[in-house]
Amino acid sequence: MKITSTKESSTLADLLTKKGVSRRDFLKFCSAMTATLALPVNYFERVVKAVEQTKKPVLVWLEFQDCAGNTESLLRASTPSISEVVLDVLSVDYHETIMSAAGRQAEEALAMATAEPGSYLVVVEGSIPTKDRGVYCTIGGRTALDIAQEICGNAMATITCGTCSAYGGIPAAAPNPTGAIGVAEAVPGITVINLPGCPMNVTNLTATVVHFLTFGQLPLTDNFGRPLFAYGSRIHDDCERRAHFDAGQFVEAWGDEAHRAGWCLYKMGCKGPATSHNCPVTRWNDQTNWPIGAGHGCVGCSEPNFWDTMTPIYRRLPNVPGLSVEWTADQVGMVVAGAVAGGFALHGLGSFIRNRVEPIERTEVEVGEE
Amino acid sequence: MSVQVAEEKSIEKTGRVYIWEIPVRLTHWTNVACIIILSFTGYYIGNPYISVSPREFYGTYFMGLMRFIHMATAYIFVGSLVVRTYWAFIGGNQWASWRALVPFFTPEGRGKLLNTILYYFFLRRHPPTTLGHNALAGFTYGFIVLLYFTQVLTGFALYGQSDPGGLWWNLTSWLFIFVSNQMVRLIHHLVMWLLIAFAVHHVYSAWLVDTEEANGLMSSIFSGWKFIVPESSESKAKQKVSHQQPDKPGEK
Repeated sequence: MKITSTKESSTLADLLTKKGVSRRDFLKFCSAMTATLALPVNYFERVVKAVEQTKKPVLVWLEFQDCAGNTESLLRASTPSISEVVLDVLSVDYHETIMSAAGRQAEEALAMATAEPGSYLVVVEGSIPTKDRGVYCTIGGRTALDIAQEICGNAMATITCGTCSAYGGIPAAAPNPTGAIGVAEAVPGITVINLPGCPMNVTNLTATVVHFLTFGQLPLTDNFGRPLFAYGSRIHDDCERRAHFDAGQFVEAWGDEAHRAGWCLYKMGCKGPATSHNCPVTRWNDQTNWPIGAGHGCVGCSEPNFWDTMTPIYRRLPNVPGLSVEWTADQVGMVVAGAVAGGFALHGLGSFIRNRVEPIERTEVEVGEE
Repeated sequence: MSVQVAEEKSIEKTGRVYIWEIPVRLTHWTNVACIIILSFTGYYIGNPYISVSPREFYGTYFMGLMRFIHMATAYIFVGSLVVRTYWAFIGGNQWASWRALVPFFTPEGRGKLLNTILYYFFLRRHPPTTLGHNALAGFTYGFIVLLYFTQVLTGFALYGQSDPGGLWWNLTSWLFIFVSNQMVRLIHHLVMWLLIAFAVHHVYSAWLVDTEEANGLMSSIFSGWKFIVPESSESKAKQKVSHQQPDKPGEK
């Protein structure tokens, strides 16, 4: 599957030269991508060749029920810088937030970019509401569900950016008033790869595209449709504070000495042990930092239904279903164990009284009963 | 059949019968030790109540040590379950059989189950005479075995996450498709408390039946031998009488 564009004929290498991007910066970008994809170092040349010979792949960016957080994440990309991503590497022909066209012109741009089925990639941001025939998100008079079925259904592949488009995300949190679902569920049977996260990490988006350019297929995924290169290991296992966990050194309260010393946030409800993502390695905002590095525990945003299953954010364990939020699992457990102990203490008392009232006559045992 | 007759004769002579074979007793006490160790280390892993200062004498690997003990003990516990499962299906005697865990499958078992419940609610003076597990105990152990397997599955699923693509990950990662990661933790945690509650009940009930029925229940899990009730030490006078009447119907 070679990606060709209907509109551009010059290769990416030409474009980059024209834009004044140095060969050195280009190679740095390719080596970063090779590393992100966890490819052996001898794949470097192949990645370089694939990326530089690529003609601009057409990419449309659909935005549904969301906060534009993934767009924000994209705009803060530095390798490649935003201009390189948007204008050179990817031909983003349709992106509601950053394109200059509006109204009918914008819809025309989308129709043109997606005119030829199987010729373009789609990035989807935001969940798709399905309740009440999908009226909770409409663009140009069409529902998100309708648009997704057409555009994603005809695409070469769909990349979902962020937890909303992957699994429904925050709009799908209980009680899910709009019946929000992810793309894979809304348009069954299409080729889709999930890049969840709140927001997704743009390094992983770029690397997924580079993988597609280099090998002509999407990277291997896990049980939740997430690429293994980015979601193949747990945050907890790659965490820079892991040594404090193993040592038994924990932050007990926000701002205490342990917190200032950068100890483990496990007791503050960090969901790193329950979350698969490469945040500790790729980091955010030009690889500057990431939540745990900034002293806040992981909230598990790249896991399905994280808003319902990872809360309370600042407690280690979820609430026991059906009980008030004031009850912790340990309190429930102690009450159960205590009630059993109390119950049998009463039973013991009862047995004692009975033995006084009606002493045991061993000879009266009903032997024949069995 | 002849073996059974011989057994019954031996019971009549001595008043005692060999119930719990060595693997049963061995796995029982292995489970006791494992559950105690797993509960203490597991509770620490879930809620590390000791925060270690780097200057303290037990070094800088306290959680690591707790987790190591927890995982190593978990393997021993699984080994014990494997042995006991084998003994319940293939190797063991009638009292070790899995059938004792599902008394409700037979009308006789259902009757005993009801009568044992009546006994616990003071509505009956004595529980039905039983040699192995009484019906209610067997039923409870069946539930406890389910809890054991729940702990093994959830525990190894959580453990396997640290090694994606490894053995335990391959065997257990399907679980997270159906149950969220945090819910798996909650289940693992709550089942620990259920097992602690069970331990309270287990020791109390064993003591109750041992004292009231004088059948050597408590010592049987050490020695393997139980005493049948009519020939217990507290009715020696009666015992003499029964020896003079050898034709009395079999006291099983």
